[in-house]
Amino acid sequence: MKVAVVVFPGTNCEYDVVHALGLIGMDAELVFHQETKLSGFDAVVLPGGFAHGDYLRTGAIARFPPVMGPVTAMAAAGAPVIGICNGFQVLCEAGLLPGALVANRDLSFICKPVHLRVESARSALTAAVAPGAVLRIPLNSYEGNYVATAETVGALEANGQVLLRYCDGSGAVSESANPNGSMGNIAGICNGAGNVAGLMPHPERAVEAVLGSTDGISLLQSIPMFAALVANPR
Amino acid sequence: MKFRIDIRRKEGLADPEGMTTHKALHNLGYTEVTAAHFGRTIYLEIEGTDAAAAAAEVETMCRQLLANPVIEDFEIGVVG
Repeated sequence: MKVAVVVFPGTNCEYDVVHALGLIGMDAELVFHQETKLSGFDAVVLPGGFAHGDYLRTGAIARFPPVMGPVTAMAAAGAPVIGICNGFQVLCEAGLLPGALVANRDLSFICKPVHLRVESARSALTAAVAPGAVLRIPLNSYEGNYVATAETVGALEANGQVLLRYCDGSGAVSESANPNGSMGNIAGICNGAGNVAGLMPHPERAVEAVLGSTDGISLLQSIPMFAALVANPR
Repeated sequence: MKFRIDIRRKEGLADPEGMTTHKALHNLGYTEVTAAHFGRTIYLEIEGTDAAAAAAEVETMCRQLLANPVIEDFEIGVVG
């Protein structure tokens, strides 16, 4: 499986993502935002950073460059499209995922490992993980506070599109385990088909023991597993 | 022509900056303040003389890029 890792001006996690995908045996390649085609790629990752300086709103300008045409087409065709941190913000701005990310509740930049409870395995980000599993993954954002209308959040909950929730070490979801004020402690969601998914924490920073956690591996392994499941339904 | 666009968080959605400022005003004794809301202002300078057409175009720009309809409302005004 060949994965396009999209680079906007200001993206800064692209090499981490390529390295992490390489560790799990995937062929990942950087693709600049001016590319008009993504031929030969089976999946897309929009990595973290500060695309276009976060000007106007995070992700607001990054949804327009040429590469977003084929990214949108691949999303519509059912290919895995994953947004991490700033990439999640871009997917929301592009309308590929519902809702938006705004400033953290306490107006502080949060840079620390957080616990996440896996809520649903029906996505290209969680297919390889059992629901209920608790992962420890670094969060690194100022605008990670997930907001949406009550109807949108209700629909996400009802359809199993909430993938990851902030929790404590035992997996309990509570307000005190919510680092940034996200509605419903939501840390990651997917679209209706499950192929487009976004999360604020960084799985690519939790793939080797030296990084303090390897819990990000199973999330990244979900990309090929989901594609295989779609190709050959159980 | 010069247009002024005021962009504000939709009512009911969390506005952490507004809430923090509201609290700070209370701590200073301004207890009559019931809420503070943050927003953004963008000034656009546009060529041409057809004000109505330009205003319609500014509205399209707001929907397409300048505001996020999921979380923000906007108001367009003419300057000068």
